Amino acid sequence: MDGWMDGWMDGWMDGWMGGWVDGLLLTIGITSSFQMQFMLLFSRQGKLRLQKWYVPLSDKEKKKITRELVQTVLARKPKMCSFLEWRDLKIVYKRYASLYFCCAIEDQDNELITLEIIHRYVELLDKYFGSVCELDIIFNFEKAYFILDEFLLGGEAQETSKKNVLKAIEQADLLQEEAETPRSVLEEIGLT
Amino acid sequence: WVCHTPIRLRELIRTIRTARTQAEEREMIQKECAAIRSSFREEDNTYRCRNVAKLLYMHMLGYPAHFGQLECLKLIASQKFTDKRIGYLGAMLLLDERQDVHLLMTNCIKNDLNHSTQYVQGLALCTLGCMGSSEMCRDLAGEVEKLLKTSNSYLRKKAALCAVHVIRKVPELMEMFLPATKNLLSEKNHGVLHTSVVLLTEMCERSPDMLAHFRKLVPQLVRILKNLIMSGYSPEHDVSGISDPFLQVRILRLLRILGKGDDDSSEAMNDILAQVATNTETSKNVGNAILYETVLTIMDIKSESGLRVLAINILGRFLLNNDKNIRYVALTSLLKTVQTDHNAVQRHRSTIVDCLKDLDVSIKRRAMELSFALVNGNNIRGMMKELLYFLDSCDPEFKADCASGVFLAAEKYAPSKRWHIDTIMRVLTTAGSYVRDDSVPNLIQLITNSVEMHAYTVQRLYKALLDDISQQPLVQVASWCIGEYGDLLISGQCEEEEPIQVTEDEVLDVLEGLLVSNLSSPVTRGYSLTAIMKLSTRFSSVNRIKKVVSIYGSSIDVELQQRAVEYNALFKKYDHMRPALLERMPIMEKTASNGPTEIVQTNGEAEPSVVEPKHPPPVGQPASQVKNTVFGLVSRCLSLMAFYLFDLSKTVNFLSIGIPPMTAYNKNGLKIDFTFERANPNPNVAVITIHASNSTEADMTDFVFQAAVPKTFQLQLLSPSSNVVPALNQGTVTQVIRVLNQQKLRMRIKLTYIHKGSAVQDLAEVNNFPPQSWQ
Repeated sequence: MDGWMDGWMDGWMDGWMGGWVDGLLLTIGITSSFQMQFMLLFSRQGKLRLQKWYVPLSDKEKKKITRELVQTVLARKPKMCSFLEWRDLKIVYKRYASLYFCCAIEDQDNELITLEIIHRYVELLDKYFGSVCELDIIFNFEKAYFILDEFLLGGEAQETSKKNVLKAIEQADLLQEEAETPRSVLEEIGLT
Repeated sequence: WVCHTPIRLRELIRTIRTARTQAEEREMIQKECAAIRSSFREEDNTYRCRNVAKLLYMHMLGYPAHFGQLECLKLIASQKFTDKRIGYLGAMLLLDERQDVHLLMTNCIKNDLNHSTQYVQGLALCTLGCMGSSEMCRDLAGEVEKLLKTSNSYLRKKAALCAVHVIRKVPELMEMFLPATKNLLSEKNHGVLHTSVVLLTEMCERSPDMLAHFRKLVPQLVRILKNLIMSGYSPEHDVSGISDPFLQVRILRLLRILGKGDDDSSEAMNDILAQVATNTETSKNVGNAILYETVLTIMDIKSESGLRVLAINILGRFLLNNDKNIRYVALTSLLKTVQTDHNAVQRHRSTIVDCLKDLDVSIKRRAMELSFALVNGNNIRGMMKELLYFLDSCDPEFKADCASGVFLAAEKYAPSKRWHIDTIMRVLTTAGSYVRDDSVPNLIQLITNSVEMHAYTVQRLYKALLDDISQQPLVQVASWCIGEYGDLLISGQCEEEEPIQVTEDEVLDVLEGLLVSNLSSPVTRGYSLTAIMKLSTRFSSVNRIKKVVSIYGSSIDVELQQRAVEYNALFKKYDHMRPALLERMPIMEKTASNGPTEIVQTNGEAEPSVVEPKHPPPVGQPASQVKNTVFGLVSRCLSLMAFYLFDLSKTVNFLSIGIPPMTAYNKNGLKIDFTFERANPNPNVAVITIHASNSTEADMTDFVFQAAVPKTFQLQLLSPSSNVVPALNQGTVTQVIRVLNQQKLRMRIKLTYIHKGSAVQDLAEVNNFPPQSWQ
């Protein structure tokens, strides 16, 4: 309503601007107003398939947030828009087949471009796995993380070219294969 | 000896998925965890990676995995790339900066930042940039800065984002990255460009000096953006025909920050903004994402009016978009600009009003808020029609806010008194049970002051009661009116519409019906009884009224009983005073404003200018002629009427279940309790009174209580009762806090005082607010 002034008690303004710290902590210290705080992937049954946190939180806090958010998003009807306000964050979510991709962004962030970020990630997964489905993410969750970590860093896009992200993953995978040189049976049981 | 080969990750996943019950799953997990634990104990290097990976899977299912933390560190320290990959992943998932163990990573990360393989360096940068604590950032900032200057674009882009994280954790380190930013924008590589813009944005947001310093980049940014728009198809960065929308959005955002409040910069970006605004393809979300960012930039900088109108028109077009996400975003933005660019937004009023019919709840809410913001003297009739229609059909969660909004708008812009009363009637009859309790005294005051409408009002309210007595606010206002103007009702004086024929008995039947109905709340019954009493000076059926009043003298409801007893006394012993006491209410001065507009943040220095409407002056002249001996009774009568008429803050306690008090803080002998009430007139304001008590043997002097709430809330602290908390619980210091809130309330408090000669300071978080305090 008009007339309410945004403000803090004298003397605390510097310390508290932009952030809030408590048991359900969502930001620590001063953050910018554009940051993705976390990304969650979960199934229609509410099973978590990937969780990437860009703000420090305890396991207990993460579990609580996840539980609440999953419940909230799953309760949304198909005709509703992809954005909702939750606590002091904006949630951007989109369903791809049986998986919900859910990002928490801050107040000043652009929801529409976040949808594009989500879409880009899905495209990367799709290209990598070849027509990706939920099972791919379940059985190769670590790869899903690796791909995400080549696309986003600290919640921001580090590479805007699809090709480059996939190339980097490819190279890293090769490196991994090379590192796992075949071991003979004798090596395995420690006899050579 | 037996070969213990730990099972493979995928095999474990497959096995766990065959579990048919939670218990079965738990059993499998426990078995595997035990195997993994013993494998860890054997310090087996070969399968550590596999075991940690399995642990990470089980962790995602919700099972504890802390015993794998050190193993992650060992993996990170390994030379094998596979180990490092899983190790860093594990660190990011299992470790956090609250545990000291995370610091053990620092050395490894330092080494890996200097590794010969860029993918290893990448892992280190990613981990640091994702979860690095302040200590780690301090230790490793130098390495990051070095990598920010490398010519390897794969590393440079990661270093830029890592630097962003470092700056967020340790803002003082920002300066050291300044030299490295020198040529960042000359890069051709989009990844580096994008992350550089992010880094520059972060620096400019945090430091006015940096902002001033980087303003000179505006022309370069404009050029880059121009190239992106004008350049032909670039397959590598194309998204639906648009070249690198991510970079475009980031540049637009940085331009916004640079242009804000600066005429020259704003002018320098004027053309490109117009160009983006007019040339961007709008058929897909990606184009609209860019347009959205452009609009935000235009509105924030010092753009010329033509450009601002262009921006608002884009938002107007967004409102017509089939995509509900776009509509949502448009409404949110329009809500932000409606104050500053009111006329431009007015032009889109009809589209906004159409959004009231949208299926999405968030869109409807925004459309409602925006609609109220757009109501003015010219469009009041049309707008109110739409809003009342909305009120009829909207979800219950909107009705209270909508009703309040209608009342407010009607009060400000009503074209006539008749229209005003009709509007109020419409709200009360269609959404009467959702109307806020504080509306009742406001409406009563309004009706009282509309002298020429009294007959019309009481007639309409009476007819409404015949239809429906379930909606309490309606019933209360109606009762009050009938009590006041019942004489007009039976004399058929209504001019505005066909006067109805009704007898005194019929009216008393209705009022008595309210007294006995299960639908009536205790407060409503009070209104009804008082109304009946008042009619004793307006109707001739005094005997009937006397009978009713005497019956209720033995009512189980204590409040009702008390009133009835006193009204009885009025009949029996003070009958000569009855006419004066029950006389028509005079026009009331409105001392309160409507809602929170007058409340200012006082920092505990002064009382707010608006709290509740003051008690009205005593009824008419006769009160002053009252003899001292009956003063008690009369003042009680007056205060009773005042109670019913105005002091609804008390009825809030009467009606509400009562928000339970809580202990917010209890340490070192200092205990702070919170008690709650809802404010009048705005029930979204929680009024918290703190009660500080001291159980130690020494006083706590210079006691200062401070509070802070998250950005989305607003807080006001009134003066404390004193700044000495006396020892041994001999007294309490009280202070009132008012919080505007619609979400779960969280608060941090800071206490400072002097105790036994030393200064004490403590910080605490208050999270245990009862749900009713923020509903």
